[in-house]
Amino acid sequence: MISQAPNTRYVARKRRTQEDKRFVTGRGVFVQDIERPGMLHVAALPCPYPRARINNIDFSAALAMPGVHAVLDGAELAAATNPLYGGLKTPGVKWRPLAFELSRYAGEWVAAVAADSRAIAEDAMELIEVDYTPTDPVIDPEEAYQAGSPQVHPEHGSNVLYDGEFTWGPVDDDFAAADHSLSFRARWHRSSTVPIETFGAVAEWDEGKGILDVWASIQMPNYADQIAGAMGIPLNAVRVHQDVDVGGSYGVKRGIKHTVLIGYLSRKLERPIRLIEDRLDNMGGGDAHGPDRIFDTQVAYNADGMIKSLKIRALDDAGAYPGRGPFQLGKPIAAIVGPYTINSVHYEAISVTTNKTGQVPVRGFGQAPTNYMLERAVDKVAAALGMDRIEIRRRNFIQPDQFPYEQPSGTKYDSGNYPAVMDKVLALANFDALCARRDEIRSEGRLAGIGVATCLEPGGGNNMFEYLMNPAAEITTFMEGAEARIDGEGCITGVMATTTSGQGHETLVATILGEELGREPDDIRVIHADTLTAMPTRSPVASRMAIMLGGAITGAAAKLKAQIMAIAAHNLETPLDQLEYSGGDVSVRNDPSRKLTWNEICYIAHKQYHRLPEGAAPGLQAQHVWQVPLGGQLPDADGKVQLYPCFSFQAHIPLVEIDPGTGKVTLLEYFIAHDCGTVINPDIVRGMILGGIAHGIGAALYEKFEYAPDGQFLSATFADYLMPSTFEVPLVKDTEHCTPSPLTSHGQKGSGEGGYLGGPAAVASAVNDALSPRGLEIDQLPMRMSLIEELLNGTP
Amino acid sequence: MGMAEEILLRINGTEHRIHCDPATPLLFVLRNQLGLTGAKLGCGLEQCGACAVLMDGVSQLTCATGVGEFQGRDIVTVEGLSNGGTLSAVQQAFVDAGAAQCGYCTPGMLIAAQALLDENPDPDEADIREAIGGNICRCTGYVQIIEAIKLAAENLREAAQ
Repeated sequence: MISQAPNTRYVARKRRTQEDKRFVTGRGVFVQDIERPGMLHVAALPCPYPRARINNIDFSAALAMPGVHAVLDGAELAAATNPLYGGLKTPGVKWRPLAFELSRYAGEWVAAVAADSRAIAEDAMELIEVDYTPTDPVIDPEEAYQAGSPQVHPEHGSNVLYDGEFTWGPVDDDFAAADHSLSFRARWHRSSTVPIETFGAVAEWDEGKGILDVWASIQMPNYADQIAGAMGIPLNAVRVHQDVDVGGSYGVKRGIKHTVLIGYLSRKLERPIRLIEDRLDNMGGGDAHGPDRIFDTQVAYNADGMIKSLKIRALDDAGAYPGRGPFQLGKPIAAIVGPYTINSVHYEAISVTTNKTGQVPVRGFGQAPTNYMLERAVDKVAAALGMDRIEIRRRNFIQPDQFPYEQPSGTKYDSGNYPAVMDKVLALANFDALCARRDEIRSEGRLAGIGVATCLEPGGGNNMFEYLMNPAAEITTFMEGAEARIDGEGCITGVMATTTSGQGHETLVATILGEELGREPDDIRVIHADTLTAMPTRSPVASRMAIMLGGAITGAAAKLKAQIMAIAAHNLETPLDQLEYSGGDVSVRNDPSRKLTWNEICYIAHKQYHRLPEGAAPGLQAQHVWQVPLGGQLPDADGKVQLYPCFSFQAHIPLVEIDPGTGKVTLLEYFIAHDCGTVINPDIVRGMILGGIAHGIGAALYEKFEYAPDGQFLSATFADYLMPSTFEVPLVKDTEHCTPSPLTSHGQKGSGEGGYLGGPAAVASAVNDALSPRGLEIDQLPMRMSLIEELLNGTP
Repeated sequence: MGMAEEILLRINGTEHRIHCDPATPLLFVLRNQLGLTGAKLGCGLEQCGACAVLMDGVSQLTCATGVGEFQGRDIVTVEGLSNGGTLSAVQQAFVDAGAAQCGYCTPGMLIAAQALLDENPDPDEADIREAIGGNICRCTGYVQIIEAIKLAAENLREAAQ
């Protein structure tokens, strides 16, 4: 189904992954499997109140319990460590691993016990006496935005962490000139990625070497930097072991508070310390929730369906400790008009703090809620004009001959063919027959609807959204490094600089190294350097590893190949331009009998200095660090700047049925066509997309971190939160299109997030299509059964 | 904690005599006492399936069920599915179909799939969904897992002919 198959041997061909063999035999090494001699285990005590002053903590009974080695409270830790890193310029917002003086959400950790086992630590935790004075919390984000609401961080002076306005293009003129406008509110409630493996870490301070060794289930940029910063130790005193398998993350595995807590304890006790969240820790106190957003949107459009301008106000609830959460309002600027030729945008982004657990980056970095809002806008314009939802998208699509296309906020979309992808999903869905099936269900008196949604997936990363929201962060690098080596026996090793949490990076590196060097990828070993030996990295975020690690390892392979060719030219006494490289062997073009084999060249490189060209270093090794394409610029005078280099595209078509009695939604069919340029490994990309859709179905219909109006946390288990199982997720049918990116090594783009960007919008479109014959509409997610039932039947 | 007792377990064909409170969940005995780390802790409430083992051929969750319940039973963990270096049909099908991403739910999925195929060599999609309905996967959206189980069933039926 790939429209432009690249001329490759390994890239874009179906190949088994390198990682799966260890996973199917149960031999993955996750942080739970790390054992260190003398290791102690930590449990943390959660605060029962949404907001409370901590008057006194008496842990003498806990400390006296056999097997307990230390009890730590927020006062001791605050005196010995710096607050955790926050991206915004908000010095009055101090995030610490343990609450100090004031506890800010139900579930926040106020003390920690280190003991011989987690069971003993938990038992001791029960003996800690905390004297609290509960105070009024602020739970509702709109209330938090109002002056005079209870302040989560009194030292900050308000609950507003960020309130910024951007205008790109002639918004007022476009609104004045448009035939019509409409406005609506869309609500994306709080959910997250909720990996099956919770966060965990082991820290071990080595007093002899002055190094803190860390093993963690981590996926984030600058983890070691933040540990060092909070602990007040040099960056080269932190060594994060990145060969730990990470049991899913999708953005959220950022246990910096956990790590600083155990890092401190390890240094204090001179013992290895382990903290693995249990499910309650993870759901309620892990500071790992996602966006929680209210959109107020106005759309200007003409009678022909052309959308001219948008005014968007996005109010996001970042919880008590924001970290990088608020920047999830910034990344959507990269695709603020989606795949459409919308001429101008006004965008107000507001981040508030409330008495809930903190927000971290979630798959798509804020783009999923924004795309949901944008696609609701397109459906509403279609409905207002009585226009077909596919036709209106076709009219507004950026056309294939318009790339690179600069959208109003200054980002250039690299490439795409949106009409072709739409055609493919309609063909896959057999769309006329699908409509007939929907109509037949309706004719039997039941509710059925078809969803239509598209999304752009920005890939590659870039830090400029941070600069837009905080100009003090003048950070324009977003690089990735890699290293490749060939030993004296001709074996190849690729070295990546970060962890992996299911994206198949080892396969990616081996496939591209194999492609570039003409060697079998299955024979290539790929390892994860620790942070003291690794090349610079920004970690596997931002749908960037195929683009950035792919580019870095391609660069390293090119350098290796140049070394190989130089050795061959020297030994064959032939100029480079008369040599041919094939599968690692090098021969003279017109005289193939004059040849050096791969093994001969590798042996010369490592053992025979007398046969190396003058000035050549022994061995075969190369490093390459690649800056993100089009990155590196500050905004121009109009505030326009490139955010992210590559833009994948997807079109989703689901069919749902709703039980009119219970409100239960069943996904009968789900079709998707996607275009992420060249696919490096088809099975991996397919898995990313299908998994993203399942995650999106969860966000659309089930998943919610619910807080009671008084601030108590109500979603501490999978059964309360509602994780989708095989009973909820249909057999999604998928097809591909390939518009290569002109910016990347093999034409690849990102694919890790798109399913989650388009899925929620598509399911919302389908549910609303099903409700439309009743004149009903839902503009909030999740659309749980109870919500739909109440809407249909008026009985809560 | 209750009183420790001597408990006899038969795991992957090997007898183990252990000393612990029979209320201790089997998962912690496997992981902490026997070095069998294939089964995973996901929720601790038997809601996600990551901790599954075969008990007398049936998929059984172990993160909240005491080790005492497993005495005298025949237990197989994910480590016991393969024969030395040779993957079982289900394991090989998961590799061939690209059905594992992060690998964390994979052992539990394999156990549930094995239990299904031992009972029903020709399952349809609904049978497969039912069999892994208690196993939550966050990475895959289940499609490639369902495809892998179908593939394993086909390969096993072919091998049996």
